[in-house]
Amino acid sequence: MFVGQFIFAVLFIAALIFFAFNFYRLLALLCLGRWENRFDFLLTRLKNMFVYAFGQLRVIERPYGVNHLLIFWGFLTLLALNAEFLISGIFPAFSLSFIGRIPYGLLLTATEIMSLIVLISVLIAVIRRLFFRPAYIELSADAFIILFMIAALMVAYFGYHAGEIHLGKTDWAGWMPVSGMVANLFSSVSTEPTVQTVTHLCWWIHALVLLAFLNYLPYSKHLHVITAIPNCFFRSFDYAKTVPRLIFQRGNEFGISRITQFTWKNLLDFMSCTECGRCQDGCPANHTGKTLNPRDLIHRGKLNLFTNGRSILAGRPLDSLLPTPADAEMNSPLIGNGENSISEADLWHCTTCGACMTNCPVFIEHVPKIIEMRRHLVMEQSKFPEELTNFFMNSEQRFNPWGLAPTDRAKWAQDLPVPFVEEGKPVEYLFFVGCSGAYDSRSKNVVTSVAKIFNHAGLSWGILGNEEKCCGDSLRRLGNEYVFEQLARDNIATFRKYGITKIVTHCPHGYSTLKNDYAQFGGEFEVLHHSQLIDQLIREGKLTLSKKSNGTTVFHDSCYLARYNEITEAPRNVLKGTQSGSGFVEMPRHGQNGFCCGAGGGRMWLEELEGKRINTERTEEALATGANTIAVACPFCMTMFEDGLKDLDVVDQVHVKDIAELVAESME
Amino acid sequence: MHIIVPVKMVPDTTLVKIDPETNTLVREGVPFITNPFDTHAIEEALRLKDRYDAHVTVISMGPPSAEWVLRRALSLGADQAILLSDRVFGGADTLATSKVLSEAIKRLHNEHPVDLIICGMQTIDGDTAQVGPGIACRMKFTQLTLVDRILQLDLAQKRIQVRRKLEEYYESVEASLPALLTVVREINSLRYPTVPKKLESAETMIPVWSNEILKLDPNTIGLKGSPTNVRRIFAPQREKGEIIDAMGDNKDAAVNMIIDKLFEWNIVIQN
Repeated sequence: MFVGQFIFAVLFIAALIFFAFNFYRLLALLCLGRWENRFDFLLTRLKNMFVYAFGQLRVIERPYGVNHLLIFWGFLTLLALNAEFLISGIFPAFSLSFIGRIPYGLLLTATEIMSLIVLISVLIAVIRRLFFRPAYIELSADAFIILFMIAALMVAYFGYHAGEIHLGKTDWAGWMPVSGMVANLFSSVSTEPTVQTVTHLCWWIHALVLLAFLNYLPYSKHLHVITAIPNCFFRSFDYAKTVPRLIFQRGNEFGISRITQFTWKNLLDFMSCTECGRCQDGCPANHTGKTLNPRDLIHRGKLNLFTNGRSILAGRPLDSLLPTPADAEMNSPLIGNGENSISEADLWHCTTCGACMTNCPVFIEHVPKIIEMRRHLVMEQSKFPEELTNFFMNSEQRFNPWGLAPTDRAKWAQDLPVPFVEEGKPVEYLFFVGCSGAYDSRSKNVVTSVAKIFNHAGLSWGILGNEEKCCGDSLRRLGNEYVFEQLARDNIATFRKYGITKIVTHCPHGYSTLKNDYAQFGGEFEVLHHSQLIDQLIREGKLTLSKKSNGTTVFHDSCYLARYNEITEAPRNVLKGTQSGSGFVEMPRHGQNGFCCGAGGGRMWLEELEGKRINTERTEEALATGANTIAVACPFCMTMFEDGLKDLDVVDQVHVKDIAELVAESME
Repeated sequence: MHIIVPVKMVPDTTLVKIDPETNTLVREGVPFITNPFDTHAIEEALRLKDRYDAHVTVISMGPPSAEWVLRRALSLGADQAILLSDRVFGGADTLATSKVLSEAIKRLHNEHPVDLIICGMQTIDGDTAQVGPGIACRMKFTQLTLVDRILQLDLAQKRIQVRRKLEEYYESVEASLPALLTVVREINSLRYPTVPKKLESAETMIPVWSNEILKLDPNTIGLKGSPTNVRRIFAPQREKGEIIDAMGDNKDAAVNMIIDKLFEWNIVIQN
């Protein structure tokens, strides 16, 4: 055995060194990114890590995730005895039994049971991948290699212990029920020398596979075993609903075109992807046949980091953990058409709906990365779909997407009892009308309804009129931060001029932008979406809805309400208040799992030429509920559904209404 | 290759309304923009720059505030900008304007010979389309107006061939350089400036040439040098036709009304 011990000791130490080296290289790769502080709120972070990494709360949101949970916890349970196993390979006398007879016995039993569970889970995983594979999972050799390794570990574990029991070499047989059963099998079929050989073989299989597993991880998607736990720890708390502010100074670069311009946390994201495909499953672009696949985008980011990062690291001393020098050469462009690059087309397909981020079990932040790369294309390269030129110029020169006269912004309110805010006469709520409300003929009816509701409830409110400018949401998501910042600053200055403290919008994009994005520019206001304010007015008894409707209504969640700001109840409360019976139905995909209408992230202003139209897909889903009213709380969603109904030729049977319109109808 | 693009800052006339009582322009709150035709002239010059590495100089005559129009051109990629600004230039008609512009171009021409001058076909505030041809006459350059495509440019032979967009047909014309083109909007689609260029252009010093530099006889420039007299500004009366308001809720009714009219006036005939 001494020779065996020696060989194992050499392999073990070599494997450990190799693993440590790989781990260190990963750390060096992370350090190539820019600095970002994710070390705040450490207690909350710890809690997140326990809930989402160890508790796997997001993993088990889907039933099959339980299988993963079992394998994960199986592995955690096995850790102690595997460590003992490895050490005893060099020092055979080593045992954890010093912790006491009963605790050690229980540890043995737990490990036995968990190993069996892991073995069964692995079999289930193999069967699922082979025969019941969901569309969003790719058949990869990688997955099977890992599953095979895990299975081999478990089988070898039982084989080795069964042999020990059979040969009477252990005092713990009574604590090992599964190995005991296997040992019985041995007694019935094998002679002692055979059992000895098998036991020996199992020990070596277990030892070698364990060391191989450790070192295979960094080269496979199972790198997430190492990275996912810190990724949950360092997750963004505000759900990555905004992007960092830029400083517009000469010499600065705007947006990201090189992988190392991302912060270390973004790089950790790339390394944490398990390729589970849940992001892809939620992606409206991917669902409707566009080339964008959020899983693939993150994977390409990882490949790009590895290829560029490794060549940067190759040219410097091993102990260097410095960031990337600004002039570092990249052998693979981040944005491009190679296999290690992300294509421009994919970046423009994104609706920034955030379904990928809501679905990701390990909190990868896809959307801010896409926006950073769009920023580069727009601001550094001036490369973007042609349709956007006019949109950008109109927003810059006339402060609305259509290039309509800024002097006509308040025209909708002309003959209506709509108050204007005046200096020195503070109102409680500023109604930020937004471009759709001010200019779009369909949305005018929505803002007119909002005005009616506010007046009916006796609210102190007003609008800015022609002084209001576009909120800049689409600009920011499209990467035109420069113009966005101008509009944000102008609007904030106007709010301040009139002493505004509370703002209400009917557009979720304006809502989220004013609430989450303007804060970066010193614009800290209390911002409400009209669904919240109307809900509040009803609860306070300031609005009574007497004329209830008895049709069937389905509500479509706007991404910027439900996912970005977790507002799902308020609009439903309001809607239910307008209905007499139980005519409120839900689509299969709703709430935070809703499906985008296709207009977010500036897609409103872009042609949708590839695949099926997203709004058609969503309209079909709404129609399948049998509802005759599709209720929305967003002017973009309104347009997308109206178009969808027209395309499907059902405009006469089904109507799209904003919740404010339904409330106003119920008031009369 | 040296290209000069004369540009003008104009009020955004699409936003100008006419006061129905006084018949005067309501210019309050109307922003100033680069004359839209001129933006296409700049774009065409920049396309030639991309292709032939031309040097693009943008000039503008106007008040000091017109400087931003030049900055915009610089942010798009123009190499040099000069503002011609002096009180004595003010109140100029097309005759006096082309005089000042030509004098400036002559100075630039002496330093670095000019091959092409590209103007917008006209401005949206004056609509005369006279300044471009005026400059061509004074510079004794070939003039090619209403160009919608540069077909060929041979710098060695000093020849240019362009397509002119006329009312009912296109005309292909070949001429020798140096030449002055006036361009229509269809000639190209505009580029969008990058942010680094915007930031750079915001800090660029733009030289201002006053009459102390140009030394023109004050009687030939500005208001004094302008024989044009504006007698009256009025909104022309619409003699026929009517506006069907489609902005209201009842779009279908408006559409039906238009269709009825089309039949009524035999514009559309039922089979």
